[in-house]
Amino acid sequence: MTAVMSRQDVVRVEDIRKAKRRGGKNDHPLWFLIPALAVLVVFFFIPTLFNFIYAFTNWSSFKSSIGFVGVDNFVTLFNSGTLLNALRVTLIYAVLVAVFQNLFGLILALLLERDTRVNRAVRVAFFIPVIMSALAVGYIFQALLKPEGALNGILGFITGTDVTIPWLGDTTWTIVVVALVHSWKWMGLSMLIYLAGLKTINDDVLEAARLDGASWWTTLREIRFPLLAPAVTFNVATALLGSMNGFDVVQATTEGGPGGSTELLNIFIFRTFGQGLFAQATTMSLVLFLAVAVLAFPLIKMLRKREDVL
Amino acid sequence: MKAARKSLPVQPIVAVTVAVLLLGVPFWLVLSTAGKNQAEALNPNLTPPSQWQLLENFGQVFSEGRMLTGFFGSLLVMVPAVFGVLILGSMAAWVLGRRGGKGMAIVYAVAISGIVLPPAVVTIVLLLRQMGLAGTAVGMIGVYMGMYLSTVIFFVTGFVRTIPPELEEAARVDGASPVKVFVRIILPLLVPVLATATILICLYIWNDVFYALFVVGGRLDTLPLNLYQVASAGLYLQNWHLIFAYITLMSLPLLITFVIAQRKIISGITSGAVK
Repeated sequence: MTAVMSRQDVVRVEDIRKAKRRGGKNDHPLWFLIPALAVLVVFFFIPTLFNFIYAFTNWSSFKSSIGFVGVDNFVTLFNSGTLLNALRVTLIYAVLVAVFQNLFGLILALLLERDTRVNRAVRVAFFIPVIMSALAVGYIFQALLKPEGALNGILGFITGTDVTIPWLGDTTWTIVVVALVHSWKWMGLSMLIYLAGLKTINDDVLEAARLDGASWWTTLREIRFPLLAPAVTFNVATALLGSMNGFDVVQATTEGGPGGSTELLNIFIFRTFGQGLFAQATTMSLVLFLAVAVLAFPLIKMLRKREDVL
Repeated sequence: MKAARKSLPVQPIVAVTVAVLLLGVPFWLVLSTAGKNQAEALNPNLTPPSQWQLLENFGQVFSEGRMLTGFFGSLLVMVPAVFGVLILGSMAAWVLGRRGGKGMAIVYAVAISGIVLPPAVVTIVLLLRQMGLAGTAVGMIGVYMGMYLSTVIFFVTGFVRTIPPELEEAARVDGASPVKVFVRIILPLLVPVLATATILICLYIWNDVFYALFVVGGRLDTLPLNLYQVASAGLYLQNWHLIFAYITLMSLPLLITFVIAQRKIISGITSGAVK
């Protein structure tokens, strides 16, 4: 290529390249990063670093001094069973929420797919819980699910008998109920994302499938669902990690009960913090951080890949 | 089958029935209970109040639940936090989106890690105490900014990369400084993605109670904090009419915003999520 160019041309091209390289640095100065990074360091990374330090101390509201105690907090929490219980409850809750929220979101999206006036109105209605406070949603369902509450009233009306199921008082099934409440609040968001995903599917593909005589179900299973993959990964990932960090709905419905069967890590952290046991709360906060980090690293990779495609 | 799917007459009926069962029942419970007197609301059920006293209940929670101070407290932390993350986040995202190299990739990965990693909610209180910001609005704003900067940086960096660099070059040839290029050229182009980020972050901050309980609980009023106090205070424990009146009033600002701008909000959120 250079052979065709004259010497002058070569010099000029190199000048431009140099100017671009030099300019490229000054055009996007690094100091633009500093304010954001400063806020992140002070309000996010330093507290996170503190997590790794204060989890190994006896920091509490009962002592004026703070001393290192090694892994005592972990041993205490492990031996009392609270650590494993809270971790287990949190993981079960997160998985249940991810499943329910996506199932409901997908069903709603398929039900409300066509752009009719009724469907548009119903979609908007299903988005109302998303914009409500999760705490408020929790209180609403606490009232609805009481043994003498409205849900049992409706069931009693249908069956003709007196129904008094303690929806929020069962050590086995209440976690499923609160996960359903959490999913109720967020299913409108999943629905919207699935609707957007369904819209991106090329009509020609569906038309071809229809001409081949594929049924609605076959089309959904074989064509549309696989093409929804990006929406599914996004929805599952956000639901999973969002509910790992859950608090409001559970605090408002069960406060972690009955018998600690819905005690999420954040519920434990809030309770022990309130009791002044700061080091134990910090230890659990660290456990939550590590649990999410283990789950999150594959997710960050996925998000970055998605972003590269963009 | 084909024809049936195209003009299914039962679809609207199913859609409306599902909405009534899943949404109508809880919302009616809220509204009807909020309109009852204390005795009738003792055990919330779906029967309509014998006599509506919605406005009286609103009046009572408005004064006793400190709604006005809660409303302004919520605004006081939300508005600066949202402005802060939008500006600082865009500045960082512009540079991260335009510069290449391994160093930038690492900075970017670190900067967006906050999207998924949970904030260290206990030790942040300790840090705020050491900085003299515990229980203050400034401390709360800082915590929210630290939590949501990652989201803004993630959204905006992706968007910056779709903006042709030539748009900047033109201004640069005219001798514009980086600050000028950023403010005059880049920021206006970022408006759609910033709108999406604003909606999401407003939603999170306006409804947050968990982090507020740790950072400003008892020292500053926000709407969700006051709801928590109203609902967990012994005085109100069985007063469902007041709790639900509070919930109704508290949901109104976002609800009205949503109804007015629903089309933009919905398209903004979905365009951010699926791309």
